[in-house]
Parts: sequence; structure tokens; C-alpha cells
Amino acid sequence: MMNNIVLTPILIPFLFAIFLMLLPKKIILQRIVALTGSLILIVAAGFLVFYVRTNGITTVNVSNWKAPFGITIVGDMFASLLVLTTSIILSCVIVYSFYSIGKAREKFLYYPAVLFMIVGVNGSFLTGDIFNLFVFFEVMLMASYVLLVIGGTKIQLKATIKYLLINVVGSGFFVVAIGMLYSMIGTLNMADISQKIDALHGQNTGMLSVVAVLFLFVFGLKAGLFPLYFWLPGSYFAPPIPVLALFGGLLTKVGVYAIIRTFSLFFTKETTFVMPLLGILALITIVLGVIGAISYYDLKTIVIYNILIAIGVILFSISIMSRESVMGAVYYLIHDMLIKAVLFLIVGIIMAITGTSSVKKFSGLMTEKPGLGWTFFIAILALAGIPPLSGFFGKLLIVESAFSAHEIVGGILILISSLFVLMSLIKVFTRGFWGEKSGTFTLTIPYRKMMLPVVILLSLSVLYGLFSNAVFPFIEDAVNPIIDPTVYIDAVIKE
Amino acid sequence: MELLMSILIGLMFAAAVYLILSKSLLRIIIGTAILSHGVNLFVLTMGGIKRGNVPILGLKATSLYNDPLPQALILTAIVISFGVTAFFLVLAYRAYQELDSESISKTRGHEADDE
Repeated sequence: MMNNIVLTPILIPFLFAIFLMLLPKKIILQRIVALTGSLILIVAAGFLVFYVRTNGITTVNVSNWKAPFGITIVGDMFASLLVLTTSIILSCVIVYSFYSIGKAREKFLYYPAVLFMIVGVNGSFLTGDIFNLFVFFEVMLMASYVLLVIGGTKIQLKATIKYLLINVVGSGFFVVAIGMLYSMIGTLNMADISQKIDALHGQNTGMLSVVAVLFLFVFGLKAGLFPLYFWLPGSYFAPPIPVLALFGGLLTKVGVYAIIRTFSLFFTKETTFVMPLLGILALITIVLGVIGAISYYDLKTIVIYNILIAIGVILFSISIMSRESVMGAVYYLIHDMLIKAVLFLIVGIIMAITGTSSVKKFSGLMTEKPGLGWTFFIAILALAGIPPLSGFFGKLLIVESAFSAHEIVGGILILISSLFVLMSLIKVFTRGFWGEKSGTFTLTIPYRKMMLPVVILLSLSVLYGLFSNAVFPFIEDAVNPIIDPTVYIDAVIKE
Repeated sequence: MELLMSILIGLMFAAAVYLILSKSLLRIIIGTAILSHGVNLFVLTMGGIKRGNVPILGLKATSLYNDPLPQALILTAIVISFGVTAFFLVLAYRAYQELDSESISKTRGHEADDE
């Protein structure tokens, strides 16, 4: 009975979203219920993490059908940690939305859409069935279309058309990939697929590589991997800041998670072609992200290109697939989800004060809001990976494992990219916060209330770095099933 | 039979790609519809086209039933793509009202040039 806890991260936001759809015009009620739901979700996710820590990988066979025949929800440590991170970001973004999203949007089902997106995100993390993963992707994407277009300004309409088209094509190819895999393997349960691919003993490897590349195409499209990232800067520029923080913190990371999950389970033997391909694409993503990040003077665009750099770093370390590199990737993934949400929320406050997102149009913000300046500064240092902060340990592991796997070019590229990450945002800091006061500042915004979620998220990120020793046992638990698929298979398919 | 279906699906994918790459938004949406048809037929074909009975237990099959799983998958995929297409059509309608054009080239530009 207790293992039903795995279902709560999907069910809680789902039930709260349904309830909120009944009373769309009562804004105060919407706010209270949405916040309560997200707080309950944090408690449930935290409990799940500790439950998985004590009892090992927890699975639920929905409706009690035995593993390969029904849908299995699998709570391993990797998924649980991501679910916990997701729910923390959700709560902070909901609090931030109270003061920034505006009543017009709140009346048109903003909170239900956010919660439905979390249903999709958490479901994608926890599912153990490849077609169910597709369905949860669609839940997440459908809600993200709504969140992207809600408000209906011109720029949002333009961006949504492109985003929708890209994702419709991506979803089509996802189903094609599942169809191909089904014709070869004859099952949809991920653990069972892994087992049966193993039993092929090297037959059919040509087809397997094709399916692997198809999956890479589909998930790379969601994650923003080169050459499939072209939709991302334009689409992420359009939505209002709280939505952007959710997208930047969560959506691309679901693509990364799906790549890690499928590649560690299905394509472990494809090391000659698919893994090097992933590594090269990830490195090009880093380079292009760096070029974008240093060439713009627009706050939002700079942070958006920093998403691409982080995606590249994580996927590069996945392509090495050693124990150390995967640990680095998992650690860095959680750090990056937190810090990107923080950065977007800070950018939102700066934009609310200055009325512009171009860093050329204002300076001397430090004299007005020193607290904001120092918060932003710490966030930049954490993002770049300065030692006591959270960005450091992940990158350290990744670079170490890159060098020990003789991927010298990749390791050096990642180190150089950190330098440019630092430069791209320090540029914002020095131009916008230092210097003589110029530009028009509106100081009537509810500054303290908007800073609250930022400070909470940032201090969590700092603590995540300071107490990394306490976190590492959890990360090790998370890495076990990725490195050794039999752990995952044994947990799902019980004799 | 599978070969014939494969050729047909290939043609549908070609038509879909051609339409998606065109300028008019409505053509693009028709392209995505054809793409989803192609995808659904692909899943059906990949499940195997055999001369079995329809998968209803009440019908006493003389030999075998057809694979019920791909049919369930397709049913799910159809409903999802129906929802997405409906959303896309309304979005295109709104875009037509706001941007006074149904050409995809009107959706250019992402900087705050129109705020």
C-alpha cells in the first residue's frame, strides 16, 4: 500500500488543477488553492525521496497488472530528486506569479494550466512505459502551449505558432520511433524493452541505431540540442516571466531526462555510433550557446542562451557514460533547474523596475536596489561554478571524467564555456548595476514580495552547493540504475 | 501488404513535409494533419497486418486475433492530435485576426519590435 506514494506527485497537481478549473474568476481562491497544492506537492515529493532512499526503487503497477503488461510507475532516486526540484520551483513561481502575472491572465485559467504542466512534467519523470511517456509529454506540451499564448499579445501569438508546429512534428516522430521499437521488440514497458534488447545479442543493431537516432531527434528537439535548438530563443522570448521561469527550469530538462533514461536503458550497447554523436552535438550546442550568450545585450536572451550551454554540458557528460560523469550530470541538472529559475525571476524583477530588458538602456541600479544587485551577483557566480556554490561540483566531476575518458577537447571546451558564461552575465551586472544612474526606474512594484521566492530558491541553491556532501549519497542512489540497467529492470519486473 | 502500406505512408510523409514547408498557415496545418495520419498508419503497419479476427473476445476466432495494442495506441494518438489540431486551428484564426495575414512570414521577428 505504501508504495502508492509514487503516484502522489502526479495526482496532487492533477486534482488541484481540476478543482481550480471549476472557479476561474475567484482569483484569491485560485491563488490560495494553487499555493496549497504546490506546498502539499513539496511534502509528498520530499517524502518520496526519503522513501526511495530507505526502501530502494519503488514501483506501482497501475491496476495491479503485472509489470510488462500494464503501465508501471517507477520512482527511482533520479526521478524522485527531479520531482522534488520541480515542486520547489513550482511553489516559488506560483508565489512570484501573484505579483507579476496580472489579473487578466489569472482569470483565464493560468493556475490550472501551470498545474497541468506539472502533471505532465512529474509524469514524464516517473513513468516506466514508453508510450505513457509520450502521453505525459503531450500533457506537458499542451499546457505549455496554453501558458505560452495566454494573454494573446502579438509576440506571443507569433511565438506559439512556431513552438506548436515544432512540437507537433516532434510528437509525430516520437510515435514513429515508438512504432519502430514496438515492431522490433514487441513491448512498451521500458524495463522489458531494455531486457529484450539485451537478449538480441548484437542482432538487428542497424535498426537499433536508427531508432536511437530517432529518439535523439525527438528528445533533442525538446531539449534544445544542436541542430534542433532553433525554435528555442524565439519561443522563450515571448511569454511573461513566471511562465518563462517554469519553461527554462523544467521543459528542456524533461527532454534531457528522457535522453538519459532511454539511452541508459535501451542503447547502452550503441557506444560506437550514437554516444559519440551525442557528445559531438552537445559540444556544438555549447559553442553556439556561448556565441549567443555573449553577442546579445538583452537580459532575457542572454539567460535563454545560457540554457543551451547547460544542456550541452549535461548531455556531453551523459555521452561519456562513466559513473563519475553521470554523477556530475545528475548533480548539475538539479543545480541548473534551480539556478535558471532564479535567474529568470531576477530578470523579471529588473525588467519590472527598469521597464526594459535591454542592458544598454539603464545603469546604476545598485544605488537603488543593492539587495537585488548582490542576489544577482551570487546567482551569476553559482551559474559560472565558483567553488563554494552549487555549479562547481557538477562541473568538476564532469571535467574530471572527461579528462579521464581522454575527451580532452570536450573537457577544455566546458572549462572555457564557464568563462564565457561568467562574462555574459557579468556584462549585465557591470553595465546595469554599476555606473552612474541612468534610465527610468519605477519603484512602486511589490519588490520585497517578489524577492521572497528568489531568495528562497537562491539560498536553496547555495545550500545545495555548501552541503554537497550530504547530497551526494542521494546522487549516488540516482546514478546506480543509470549505470547499471539491471538494477532498474529487477526493480520493475519482479519474478 | 506491409510493403504497400509502407509506400503509401512514405507518400503521406512526403506530402506532409512539402505542405509544412509552404508559406500559408492553413497549408501547414493540413500538413500536420496528414503527418499525423501517416504516423497512425505507420504504427498500425508496424504492429503487423495479419489476417486475424477483430480483437473482440465474444467473437470466437477460428485461429488468431489481431494485435490489440497498436489499435489502442493509435486511438490515444488520434485523440491527442485531434486536440492539438483544434488548438492550432483556433490559434491560426486568432493570428489571422491580430496579424491580418495567414502567411507564416508574418510571424517573423522576436525582439520587442511590436510592443
